[in-house]
Amino acid sequence: MTTLAKEPAHPGVIDVDRVTIRFAGDSGDGMQLAGVQFTKTSAVFGNDISTLPDIPAEIRAPQGSLPGVSAYQISFSSYDIYTPGDQPDVLIAMNPAALKVHLPDLPRGSIIVANTDEFNPANLKKAGYETDPLEDGSLGSYRVFQVPIGTTNQRALRDTGLTAQEIDRSKNMFALGLMFWLYSRPLDTTIKFIQERFGRNPKVAEANVLTLKAGYNYGETTEMFAQHYHVPKAKLAPGVYRHISGNEATALGFLTASKLAGRPLFYGSYPITPASDILNQLASFKRFGVKTFQAEDEIAAVGSAIGASFGGCLGMTGTSGPGIALKSEAIGLAVMVELPLVVIDVQRAGPSTGIPTKTEQGDLLQVMFGRNSAAPVAVVAPATSSDCFNMAIEAWRIAIKYRTPVVFLSDFYLGYGAEPWLIPDYESLAKIDPNFATDPATFKPYARDEKTLARPWAIPGTPGLEHRIGGLEKGNIDGNVNYEPENHDLMTRLRFEKIARIANDIPEVEVFGDDEGELLVLGWGSTFGVNRSAVQRARAAGKSVSQAHLRYLNPFPKNLGDVVRRYKKVLIPENNLGQLRLLVRGEFLVDAVGLNRVTGRPFAISEVEERILELVG
Amino acid sequence: MVSKQRDAALRVLSRKDFVSDEEVRWCPGCGDYSILAQTQRVMPDLGIPKENIVFISGIGCSSRLPYYMNTYGFHSIHGRAPTIATGLKASRPELSVWVVTGDGDALSIGGNHILHVMRRNVDLQIILHNNQVYGLTKGQYSPTSPMGTVKVSTPMGSIDWPLRPLAVALGAEAAFVARSLDVDPHHMLEVLRRAYDHKGASFVEIYQNCNIYNDGAFEDFTAKEVRADRMLYLRHGEPMIFGKAEDKGIRLNGLKPEVVELGKDGMTEKDLLVHDETLEDPTVAFLLSRMDYPRYPVPVGVIRAVQRATYNDLMEEQIAKAIAAQGEGDLAALFRQGDTWEVE
Repeated sequence: MTTLAKEPAHPGVIDVDRVTIRFAGDSGDGMQLAGVQFTKTSAVFGNDISTLPDIPAEIRAPQGSLPGVSAYQISFSSYDIYTPGDQPDVLIAMNPAALKVHLPDLPRGSIIVANTDEFNPANLKKAGYETDPLEDGSLGSYRVFQVPIGTTNQRALRDTGLTAQEIDRSKNMFALGLMFWLYSRPLDTTIKFIQERFGRNPKVAEANVLTLKAGYNYGETTEMFAQHYHVPKAKLAPGVYRHISGNEATALGFLTASKLAGRPLFYGSYPITPASDILNQLASFKRFGVKTFQAEDEIAAVGSAIGASFGGCLGMTGTSGPGIALKSEAIGLAVMVELPLVVIDVQRAGPSTGIPTKTEQGDLLQVMFGRNSAAPVAVVAPATSSDCFNMAIEAWRIAIKYRTPVVFLSDFYLGYGAEPWLIPDYESLAKIDPNFATDPATFKPYARDEKTLARPWAIPGTPGLEHRIGGLEKGNIDGNVNYEPENHDLMTRLRFEKIARIANDIPEVEVFGDDEGELLVLGWGSTFGVNRSAVQRARAAGKSVSQAHLRYLNPFPKNLGDVVRRYKKVLIPENNLGQLRLLVRGEFLVDAVGLNRVTGRPFAISEVEERILELVG
Repeated sequence: MVSKQRDAALRVLSRKDFVSDEEVRWCPGCGDYSILAQTQRVMPDLGIPKENIVFISGIGCSSRLPYYMNTYGFHSIHGRAPTIATGLKASRPELSVWVVTGDGDALSIGGNHILHVMRRNVDLQIILHNNQVYGLTKGQYSPTSPMGTVKVSTPMGSIDWPLRPLAVALGAEAAFVARSLDVDPHHMLEVLRRAYDHKGASFVEIYQNCNIYNDGAFEDFTAKEVRADRMLYLRHGEPMIFGKAEDKGIRLNGLKPEVVELGKDGMTEKDLLVHDETLEDPTVAFLLSRMDYPRYPVPVGVIRAVQRATYNDLMEEQIAKAIAAQGEGDLAALFRQGDTWEVE
């Protein structure tokens, strides 16, 4: 275990305060499901949790092959954690390919549970092993537990009357049961889930419960593992919690925004990894009046959202980087017609098709500048999976108040990662006033609010406010087509100024640590957790290191310039080659340095920590 | 036929009420003037409040039309009007939403959207001004220009086969397909009215003369003096007869339409194809969509008008069904869906 063992609560049970487990197997082995169940059980038990799935790009790559390996990592602890963990303490390898792919991440001394049934010559060959690693001594520095998961599962279910194939499909539950024993978890959450999921097929439900228990009992009776472990409950803020992924929190946040604004939500989207979940989720909210439209392409998706916004609904679209590229012209139109619009970008590794199931922060500059001419939009970025909920509401608050497109910049890691979410009290959330124009006597399509510079939102159906909008430049105030040179210059500046004024309406950036000092670690989006953990470690080692994290990227919080100038050095870790760094250097003339990696994986805490120590050594 | 409700009290409006204060900037003599005039003229007759009418267009000469209508309007980006219209109609089904487009806008850059808006049957009127040329960019050939069209970008003639808008619409499962022409205002008025009355995506192609870059493209058959002999005015339930003397007709020979002379070789009206716009099977409509001058008289009028559930209605129905089955959504309950735990 990565942390110190404490006094055992029971004989044979060792208390630890943080454990990281990785379930890995073939993409058909049900590893995601096993991982999610372990997570829920740990969350309900009261641990703090953080998770990240590792999904292959292919739905079913050839069985047993390296590209077909699917994994799910969960970290659970008795204190606040911010990341799914750098290195697993335990790897469940359902076949040789899973071992091969994930072994490089395992620290020496960690546990490997290998499903020996799949370690046959054919599978070893597919994984590129010349000799069986379970036999050849190459795993000598790990604690290897050989478990015939497949055959033990078959034996447990032999009398259920299910087909061999159906039985084999349950083996993930056996592995899960074994892990539940190893970490002293109760089975009831998963049993409840199985009964709900297979309610219509009681035989299958019964079999899954049976093998889950068989896995648990296997741990208890074989005495293979000398001891098992207990991770005590974490001390979280009081309240009711649930386990939530970033994409779930995103969908819930946008639904909530629509309720707060009292206007229906319309979501136009074209399926794309890793944003499709949001479409699927919102499509299940029909009883809330949510309308989802699966468009013919990315352009139609954003077009439909703009149409819905023109009509006074909360028109929004969601996609990943390649889709943003296709939507750019239409986002420019929304800038020109100054209508509220929210665009979700769940970033993935690129360019082009890139690596669709891996994470990256590569779209910041695209969403900032990727449109013809000068077309500024507001940009917000959630810092954690559960923060997606808060920033979704913020995106709509800004879009409506300033009549502007807002980009909600999430990423694969945030979208698929999960953590506990303190369920908010809906009544405590601030309402959003759509503030529609209604008075024909005073209406001018491009009249502006003195404070925000927003123009009126005059929706079809309102008598006397008939007017025309469009992509051609319009005269300020009267809104008629206008090609005059001075007007175009004025309108270009107004569009910028309107976005800049949002800075008056968002929280200042907070510093974790000291108000000034040697080093500020500045980040945005999904690096929050890893930066926080690395800064905590450096501070614990007595270093003068602080952290600031941006959830608003355009405009920046008003105090950001002051903050970055109060430290001798500024480090900006990003999963890109320095996009925020370019903006910060350009805006504040601060010589910020970067930590830049684009491996498709989030940073490990140790990577950021090492870079910090290099700088403040 | 399902007709839309008309409020008689609103028929007091006149064409003038639909004229905006924006100066019309089409070239003098452009066929778009006639389309604008008929569009403004048909509006009072629809009996819907002015504020519930929205015109949405893409880019091109035709797409300037919304600026000249005193209704709500949205001049958007090239080819994308159907997408904006879909979002608006789906979210505000009580509005009357009209899409104004051209041959380049709808069939070239917006080709994908035009297909999908029709198969989905979103309740919109889609008016395609077909002038077989790119006017706003000063005279390049378009996806409806005949092979060999010599224009600035095709000095040796175009080498791509043109699309037939009506055939594209039928291929995209359009339930309402019609054609009219700029130089026959009465016919156009009637077709626009029918397009509005039809519940679902109504596709109307209007032959429109571009007197600057493609003058006389349709003149061979639309000129007043030859029109009766070279065009076929389709009327539901009536045999397909044309000619000044009403002495010619269309007969079906196997799967091939044939021009015949009435009285010749004992040919009578009974031998002629009777127009039935309500046929579920689109075969005859497809044959009509491919009849062109000089091999045939050019058909105009409503070619197909069949009833099919609209996308926007089905969307409302699903929401109503979900609410009936599960009750109105309760956000607090949704927040707590799945396993929760309390920390004290």
